[in-house]
Amino acid sequence: MSSTTVSPAGVEIVDKRRRAIFLVFLCTVVGAAAQMLIKSGATTVTQPGFIGAIVAMLTNPPLFAGYCLYGFNTILMVLALRDGELSLIYPVIALTYVWVTILSMFVFHEPMNIFKACGIAAVVAGVAVLGRSSTAA
Amino acid sequence: MTPTPVSSMLLVVVASVFGSFGMVFFKAGANKLTGGIAGLLVNWRLFLGVFLYLTSSVFFVLGMKHGELSILYPLVSLGTVWTLLWARLFFGERLTKEKFAAVGLIVAGIVFLNLGR
Repeated sequence: MSSTTVSPAGVEIVDKRRRAIFLVFLCTVVGAAAQMLIKSGATTVTQPGFIGAIVAMLTNPPLFAGYCLYGFNTILMVLALRDGELSLIYPVIALTYVWVTILSMFVFHEPMNIFKACGIAAVVAGVAVLGRSSTAA
Repeated sequence: MTPTPVSSMLLVVVASVFGSFGMVFFKAGANKLTGGIAGLLVNWRLFLGVFLYLTSSVFFVLGMKHGELSILYPLVSLGTVWTLLWARLFFGERLTKEKFAAVGLIVAGIVFLNLGR
């Protein structure tokens, strides 16, 4: 990696990193949507246990959609990992929690509090540091 | 307050190890990825990654049944530490100061988000 300082190769590496960052960003949005769907679908599950869970996964539309999105989420993550470092892509996935917390406020009317606000700020700051260090190089 | 059983802590730590190896195989599979959707389906490393992830979530659910979440949730973020370690060890990735700082912020953030629930 360190020997590729020639400009065309260098540009290509930065492009790949940008694409990886974009893909993992998309992956967190899709993952949050999946979690919201599963959360809203899970409240209507009546039959308990493992079999009940499998039946619900297939017959409950929000749950089914949620798990399909999880599959899509995994594909996006793998595509991001193809071009990006594991030590860079993996921490960014934490953004999913930020979207879920914000969306839950609007969709499920969950209250905001000081812990959540600090949590969101810290995760976003961490991702920003990673984003900066990866695209600047 | 009910004390957190050591068995719960161990289960969560085991879950974090399985999860981190799931990521290792996702990365290894991604590195070997060739040609479209078909390439995803014949990639055994990716399937092993999915399997390890599912195994991890079973241990996680078992571990979370008893004990205090304020103790168990920080243990979950150990997964991030293992993942960074494996990234260095298996893929020779450079762990820069920026990465450590960012991961510190993100782990603290997740702990706060869970405390706020």
